[in-house]
Amino acid sequence: MTTSAATKNIRDGNARHLAVDLAVIGSGLAGFAASIFAVGRRIVTAQVGNTGAVAYTTGYLDLLGREDGSRTDVTDPWQALEKLAADQPDHPLANVPREDIREAFTQFTAFLGEGGLAYSRPGERNLTALTPAGTVKQTLCVPATMAAGCHAYAEKSPCVIVDFKGLKGFSGRQVAANLQARWPGLATARIDFPDIMTGEIYPEVMARALEVPATREKLAVRLKAAAGEAKIIGLPAVLGMHRPDLVKAELERLTGLVIFEIPTMPPSVPGIRLREMFEQVLPQKGVTLIPQQKITRLNFDADGATLSLADSFGPIELRARAVILATGRFLSGGLEAERTGIRETLLNLPVVQPDNRNHWYRDRYTDPRGHAIHRAGLAVDRAFRPLGSDGQPYDERLFAAGVILAHQDWIRGRSGAGIAIASAYKAVAEAEKFLSSRS
Amino acid sequence: MTPDIAPKASRNGTRTIATDVLIIGGGVTGAGVMRDLALRGLHTLLIDKRDLCAGASGGNHGLLHSGARYVASDPHSARECRQENELLKRLAPQCIEDTGGLFVAVDGDDPGFAEEFPVLCTKAAITCKELTPAEARGLEPKLSDRLVKAFRVPDATVDPFRLALENVAHARTLNGSVYLPHTEVLRFEIDRSEIRAAVCRDTRTGGLVKIVAGQYVNAGGAWAMNIAGLAGCRDVNLLYSKGTLLVSHDRLTRHVINRLRLPGDGDILVPGGTVSVLGTTSVRTDRLEQVAPTIEEIDINVREGSAMIPALAHARYIRAFSRVRPLLQSSSGDDREATRGFALIDHTSQGLTNFCTITGGKLTTFRLMAEKAADLVAARLGNSEPCRTAAEPLPDGEACRWTEPGGSPKYWYHAGKADDMILCECEMVPQSAIDEIVQNAPGAEEEMTLEAIALRSRAGKGPCQGSFCGIRICSYLYDRGHYRDATGLHHLRDFFNERFKGQKTVIWGRQAAQMELAEALHCGLLGLDALEENE
Repeated sequence: MTTSAATKNIRDGNARHLAVDLAVIGSGLAGFAASIFAVGRRIVTAQVGNTGAVAYTTGYLDLLGREDGSRTDVTDPWQALEKLAADQPDHPLANVPREDIREAFTQFTAFLGEGGLAYSRPGERNLTALTPAGTVKQTLCVPATMAAGCHAYAEKSPCVIVDFKGLKGFSGRQVAANLQARWPGLATARIDFPDIMTGEIYPEVMARALEVPATREKLAVRLKAAAGEAKIIGLPAVLGMHRPDLVKAELERLTGLVIFEIPTMPPSVPGIRLREMFEQVLPQKGVTLIPQQKITRLNFDADGATLSLADSFGPIELRARAVILATGRFLSGGLEAERTGIRETLLNLPVVQPDNRNHWYRDRYTDPRGHAIHRAGLAVDRAFRPLGSDGQPYDERLFAAGVILAHQDWIRGRSGAGIAIASAYKAVAEAEKFLSSRS
Repeated sequence: MTPDIAPKASRNGTRTIATDVLIIGGGVTGAGVMRDLALRGLHTLLIDKRDLCAGASGGNHGLLHSGARYVASDPHSARECRQENELLKRLAPQCIEDTGGLFVAVDGDDPGFAEEFPVLCTKAAITCKELTPAEARGLEPKLSDRLVKAFRVPDATVDPFRLALENVAHARTLNGSVYLPHTEVLRFEIDRSEIRAAVCRDTRTGGLVKIVAGQYVNAGGAWAMNIAGLAGCRDVNLLYSKGTLLVSHDRLTRHVINRLRLPGDGDILVPGGTVSVLGTTSVRTDRLEQVAPTIEEIDINVREGSAMIPALAHARYIRAFSRVRPLLQSSSGDDREATRGFALIDHTSQGLTNFCTITGGKLTTFRLMAEKAADLVAARLGNSEPCRTAAEPLPDGEACRWTEPGGSPKYWYHAGKADDMILCECEMVPQSAIDEIVQNAPGAEEEMTLEAIALRSRAGKGPCQGSFCGIRICSYLYDRGHYRDATGLHHLRDFFNERFKGQKTVIWGRQAAQMELAEALHCGLLGLDALEENE
């Protein structure tokens, strides 16, 4: 679409006033995806709202890894989406055409690559990816730093899992112990991280240290020794923060080995990489980004919406012609579970939810069928507009995206990124349609 | 009799173990009997079908009663509590925090009860000092502004896990007495008036163990009636009362706070290290297994408790639990009115001469209960040594100290080893604690479950309820070679499933966010919901 005006920034007595075509509320995966798609469509956009759960992601971008309510892995997510659409017509992924989902993943991973985080493109089948527990999971796209792990697992190539003295929660022996029956060529080694001899070390510190060439050279010596006869080594995800692909390539050049990363416990380096890249690149692309601040009020009127927030320079009033709500669930604060029921926190939108607290959880935590509380959320119309208490869209200018949507269990479905990216793509497309109709 | 604990395998694969006394039930009472007998020179074997304090011993407020709670309903118990309270404060201070207690009445509570209370306390020789409402609120600012009456009494708090662990550890040190977890009695071999052996099963391996003893003590708590039944005894009559309690994220008061009225729902708030425990509801039940809190019980406790401490209405809770209390059969209808006293049953009326049951009672009087049972057992074995637990201090065992609320950071800091990494960040449990527990704690074994480690430490007791430290401890156990294959992940899953039972009814507010993150990690990433169900 064409936009008439660039971001207007007017300052009066108290509040600063900004005006955009689209305001994205939420700084999780869905919020960032919405901004990326809006940039692609040349929509003047501001993204606001608390930092979401991006730093808690592993780096893997799941579309649909598990058939709902079962222990069955999904190897062909596109075919599984067809079944999902038939079985659960209200599921968010059932309401975005498959070609749009594919396009959304293609655009999203391309943007990540341009931003300095190369990713595998969405394929026809899921990848089998490694976890720090020594289990595997189905996912659609992985960072380039992790791709060789999927390949090594598929080929069962001789490989050494390296872990670090002082890095807790990641045990090479654990990974090998759980995979050894399927992958006999797996060995482990523990090494010191360069220049850190005692005490605890943290992935983030290690990743930033590996941006420095001298640290890489020292690590390369240790890795070569640890690899022994093997040609492939796996490491916890610590290969640099801003230029992981370069760090990996340099270590591979120095060692002559193939190297891959395995995600660590959150908050993990791959999650922080995504957040830092988004926060750096999106403003360069013209998005007004105010990520750390909570929206205190959102009002709609005949001409648009007004969002109130404040940053360290004082209050801000943001006018937008359309709004995408991507505030997440309980962890990110989009929903609040109260003793008496589940509430949407910004507009008090109706929340589809179980009758009462008795029905939120099943007795068994790891029940593969999942818990009803996760299917609570916002109901939307075909255009991803959240419904108000009368069952009609709350406002023609309001759209919703991400895991705040009802009728899905992203945890059991291994579909968090899929729901975020697909629904953001759809919500932006619908917002654009609306904006065009009014320009 | 010479203790012979080296198991002998028979041809059919059943191990046989011999001891002077077999004690069935690893609650505080069983642990107390074990130490008492060891102090008299008798060798014992303590078994529990689950683990130490798995029943009511581990499922209460951790209150060391001053006795004031019972002055109206059960003066005899009140006096026993007062005596034991004074004794334990002196002899086992490492297990006790001398918080002091308040009894408070709010507007609308029965003034007659408040009038009579100090008189009854004096009668039971319990120190009781009246405070003005302003003084009480000065001590405890979170008390309601509708306070009308307040008394101060010598209540305290006690860590039942450490108490049991220390008793078992001392018995081991004294004469090599042995504790076997996850060992369940299947049947007794009885010849005329004597039990000859208890045939037991290791509930984890399924292996059979035959235990041959001179005397058999049933300290099965709520399960005592069932255990007595296995020996054909019909003279143990218990009522079962289910109690539900909540644990708050923060410690809300310094003192134990009791409602100054006849015992009722949500009438007590007991601090425990960094948290507070609110309780308790009381309902009659027939079930001994799979008792779990209900949403209704949680809401009742919160509503009633907030009359004393309004902050309870909006507090963050991290856990709730239910346990079954054994009450001795009485004619009265209300379980809280049933006697809180204990009973020692010698089973001679049932034709047995080497079996007894000790049950009822409460945490505060566990030592006295153990003394009575040990007196009988010792006499029956011709041992004339007197009881020494009323004078001998309980030693402070290194491997038992990790259950102390707030203790871990202190020990870790004093040790000052940078390489000793903290695995449980909420409660500051370091690697060295895990090592010490796996090597030396009572009931330690090569492949310990995460639940067994958590029972012997503070791991998993903080706001994250083990969702992060469970993973770190599991990794560490793989690192150290205690876990060697996929069963380690089954232990991890089982640990989270077990912790969840206590979380399920209190997941709202911040806990809902915590839970969402935990589940995304455990199931979404690690796939613990997809492990084979082969166990």
